[in-house]
Amino acid sequence: MIPSSPATRWALVLLVALAAAPVLSALGDQTFYIFLLTRMMILALAAVSLNLILGYGNMPSFGHAGFLGIGAYTVAILSVRAAETQGGWLASAGLQLPLATLTAAIAAIVIGAVSLRTRGVYFIMITLAFGQMLFSLGVAMEPYGGDDGMTLPLYTTLGPADLSAGPVLYYLVWGFLVLALAGSHRLMGSPFGAVIRGAKSNESRLAALGVPVYRYRLAAFAMAGAVCGLAGALLANQGGYVSPALAAWTHSAELVVIVLLGGAGTLFGPLFGALAVIGIEEILSRYTEHWRIIFGPLLILVVLANRGGLSGLFRVRNND
Amino acid sequence: MTLVLEQALNGVQLGVLLFLLAAGLTLVFGIMNFVNLAHGSLYMIGAYFAATFIPWSGSFIVGAVLALAAAAAVGMALEILIFRRLYHRDHMDQVLATFGLILFFNELVLMVWGPAGMSIAVPSWLAGQVTIIPGVPYSAYRLAVLLAGLAAAAFLYVLVSRTRTGMRIRAGASDRQMAEALGVDIRLLFTGIAGLGAALAALAGLLAAPLRSVHAGMGEDILVLAFVIVVIGGIGSIRGAFVAALGVGLIDTVGRAFLPRALDAIFSDSIADAVAPALSTTLIYLTMVVVLAIRPRGLFPAPGV
Repeated sequence: MIPSSPATRWALVLLVALAAAPVLSALGDQTFYIFLLTRMMILALAAVSLNLILGYGNMPSFGHAGFLGIGAYTVAILSVRAAETQGGWLASAGLQLPLATLTAAIAAIVIGAVSLRTRGVYFIMITLAFGQMLFSLGVAMEPYGGDDGMTLPLYTTLGPADLSAGPVLYYLVWGFLVLALAGSHRLMGSPFGAVIRGAKSNESRLAALGVPVYRYRLAAFAMAGAVCGLAGALLANQGGYVSPALAAWTHSAELVVIVLLGGAGTLFGPLFGALAVIGIEEILSRYTEHWRIIFGPLLILVVLANRGGLSGLFRVRNND
Repeated sequence: MTLVLEQALNGVQLGVLLFLLAAGLTLVFGIMNFVNLAHGSLYMIGAYFAATFIPWSGSFIVGAVLALAAAAAVGMALEILIFRRLYHRDHMDQVLATFGLILFFNELVLMVWGPAGMSIAVPSWLAGQVTIIPGVPYSAYRLAVLLAGLAAAAFLYVLVSRTRTGMRIRAGASDRQMAEALGVDIRLLFTGIAGLGAALAALAGLLAAPLRSVHAGMGEDILVLAFVIVVIGGIGSIRGAFVAALGVGLIDTVGRAFLPRALDAIFSDSIADAVAPALSTTLIYLTMVVVLAIRPRGLFPAPGV
């Protein structure tokens, strides 16, 4: 059962409101907000996956956006092939989304197998380097635009529709986000999740009990990579565009900001974090194009105040 | 042969620049246990300060010294205002706060100096070529960068291992409380180290500026290389950073120059064309993976980190 706390209630209200948003906005022309909310939910999905390892498992990955890049480029490469060969099936969601997920999962197994041998700051830096390696790979792919990236020649198709930003993409993303949250809840409540969370507080005790901690961590890392690959495939469609910048380490850092701001290791933290970051960005950028000059110091103040993220705000009141 | 030598020198020159950046990073991490993502911003700030002060003063040297002093002041101000409140905190908190600094500085630079970026001209007395060995001309400026970087490395070595200040630094790194109890002003020392690290990063930035361009975000690309070097060398080890920086500089430069040809010779054209760009850009990361697979704590793991 999902525990009933103020954070949970707010999150459920938020999810229901998100489900109703396109219907309400159809009353007026609010396509911009649908576009923005789609992006917010995709980032939340990526953040949910990062939260599995960073939040619950104390694996502070700084290359997570690399998996976004893998998912997005999987879509781009298949779409280019589909456009060249008139092979419609190559652009179908039934092929592209699972393949993006699978490719990211395989990359995550390879990256995780090396990175998880290290701890602490070494882990931060080695994942950072792997992320940057994927970024360089994107830059080196000249046929797909190199440095500048490229516009998708075809959107991913879903039956008669496609995933160009609109209600179809919106509800698909909403569905994946709800599934990911439910999955994250189930997973962390399971014996598997107990190992991941236990390894965060005392790894050597678990190892002494005969639990193969490394394998559990690698499995969690692979799952996180897989879900983030899916988010990348959706993000490529949302923007209609892929570029190496998706995988840049600053983008990984943004995902980390979302998770930490929302409250690492809390179920709905990534959702709150994504809403807050996109919301702040949107509000500040109305006043000045230089909104980062305010957002940066804001981030520092949040850290200095140290409240354990937005979910922590609820916790202070509730004391649980 | 000429080309090989030239590329090797370019590699060492890149390595020396990377060392200046990595030294500050590894110093601040090894001694204060602080992960400073904004180190790349100080590299950028140094270049922008130099691009402002050099035309203003009319002299490369005077402008560079002013830029170093200004960057050191920025580094010390950051330590006093922000860093010292985070030493006892989780590394993720440090990462988050210093990422906020990156956003701030990149935007600040855009607001103050505009989006077009800047450039620094090579000083006229270093504009030509010098002949290192008969028949091998090499850019005088690049050679000067190489020598300046080596001089900075030597200065750092003497400072840390031969002076009283260096002894305090090492004492503060190995046991902060004991050093404090013996009367070392740790707070002042840490502020000084932050200033020194900032000046080293700024030096790298302003030396690189005539070879690359000065633009917002220039620190982020190179910061990752500096991190790779710190990790390969062993976090906290200046000696390790030096060895790793030269290695990474050489591998990157020589790899980009000769790997495509080497692959051409072995494989068919189509395979070589497809693989070479990807392999040469990822070569240093692969090097890091191999090093860490053999030595998970780097080449020269510093004690107590």
